[in-house]
Amino acid sequence: MTLVADLPKQVALLRQPEIKSSLERWRSRLSGLLPFLLPVTVIVAWQAASSLGLIGNRLMPSPLAVAYAFWDKATSGQLATDIWASAQRAVSGLIVGGSIGFLLGLANGVSKLSYSLTDTTLQMLRTIPNLALIPLVILWFGIGEEAKLFLTALGVFFPIYLNTLHGVRNVDPQLIEMGRVYGMSNWTLFRKVIFPGALPSIFVGLRFSLGIMWLTLIVAESMAASSGIGHMANQAREFMLTDVVVLALVIYALLGKFADLLAKTLESLTLQWHPAFQKPAKG
Amino acid sequence: MSEIISPVRKTNAWGKEIEPEFVARPVRERQEARGVGIRLTGVEKSFGAVQVLKGIDLEVPAGQFLAIVGKSGCGKSTLLRLLVGLDEVTGGNIAFLDETGAETRSNARIVFQEPRLLPWDSVAGNVAVGLGEGGNRTERDARVAAALNEVQLTEKAREWPARLSGGQRQRVALARALVSRPDFLALDEPLGALDALTRITMQGLVERVWREQKFTALFVTHDVSEAVALADRVIVLDEGRIALDVAVEHERPRERGAADLAELEGRLLKAIFA
Repeated sequence: MTLVADLPKQVALLRQPEIKSSLERWRSRLSGLLPFLLPVTVIVAWQAASSLGLIGNRLMPSPLAVAYAFWDKATSGQLATDIWASAQRAVSGLIVGGSIGFLLGLANGVSKLSYSLTDTTLQMLRTIPNLALIPLVILWFGIGEEAKLFLTALGVFFPIYLNTLHGVRNVDPQLIEMGRVYGMSNWTLFRKVIFPGALPSIFVGLRFSLGIMWLTLIVAESMAASSGIGHMANQAREFMLTDVVVLALVIYALLGKFADLLAKTLESLTLQWHPAFQKPAKG
Repeated sequence: MSEIISPVRKTNAWGKEIEPEFVARPVRERQEARGVGIRLTGVEKSFGAVQVLKGIDLEVPAGQFLAIVGKSGCGKSTLLRLLVGLDEVTGGNIAFLDETGAETRSNARIVFQEPRLLPWDSVAGNVAVGLGEGGNRTERDARVAAALNEVQLTEKAREWPARLSGGQRQRVALARALVSRPDFLALDEPLGALDALTRITMQGLVERVWREQKFTALFVTHDVSEAVALADRVIVLDEGRIALDVAVEHERPRERGAADLAELEGRLLKAIFA
């Protein structure tokens, strides 16, 4: 029978997808490593160049020297103190600036009066780079924590304000009309329609503001501080400790990535309904 | 009076849910669902200088299935929006009447052309929107389940709307409208965005729930055969006036494409394009 004669072929046909799928699995595993390919290559090349003496160690330390500096700072406990100080400033600035931006964005998205009263002023203030305020801030607050909080909060405020406003304004008017026809009170309408509808945009603002938060903090801390990553870097500069300066940069990069990851996780948890965040349907 | 054993949700001092208590409760005899009568006298509606409705006089008996057809821009959707209170009349009067003929309030619900579901809420959550706020949670859940059962979407209760097909979404919208047992249901071209086969199923569904719940139905459509298949009475609206008002007295369920219905369809189309 042809059926029996073809059996090996059929078996081969049956097996083929399996081979393909294991290949595919490898491919997907490799593509998971892809984002790390570039940084790892850079670090390896950098270390090689340092070891070969192509880069002067006084101006640019080798990755190993940075790793050693990390170990040194970490074991002495200074690193933890500095990260903690910076993180505290970052979070308090984010909370203060973010909540003001969020509330004003909501108010201006919902109320015409509030919008026409404040939006023009805010848009004008937005065009001033917040770091240009440093001289004034030092005069106002001195060089204490208040100055750093003020600058960070101000920097964080605008992206969150703008994106919250944009989100609220872009909630589907058909859904709002539906809510009204179904007798929703203002509070319910906000809770069930406007806020969830604006949430994706609010998250965009949050992730923007996280970037600005670190940027402002670095500058504020190197201007005047007795603790924090910026302070650590600034002090190291005075003593020409390039390894510590680079370490500070690496830590900023890691903290920034960590904050972004946190925001992303929060986003995918709260936006499960959003087609962009849904896993493809099973089967 | 008969009794039913049903669970009562209980919470402890910290608000955490604990074992429900089972109590016997008298069964409220299911109220005879009924529609509300509608009377329009000289209803006018203008948007700025444009008069969309030019004096509509219409009496809709309670429980009637009324279809309004007409070209786009004839004012049919405007009329519907006035009836459910989305817009205010600029002239004339709309009154809802109870069985004695006295004026009453209407518990109106609307199904839009688009499903207008909240994408961030589950199917069940969307249906619960129709219940408004407050009320006992057990009862709310039961009513949502009943409404979903009515549109045969019980197994989709926990899904996001984005996962449903167009027809399923519109069924959820219908369940949301029905869950509060309205006495008047307005449907604004509810099947307009669906494919031809899904439309036929949905028409059957709309007819079935109307026959069960006996609300007054106002069905706005541009599809004459759909109007003839479903309605007790069809009104042709033309440039803000009633151009034709015919009763459809064929027995239900109606057979699609039956000769006498086709004849009526022809008459209506002629009136629309007159």
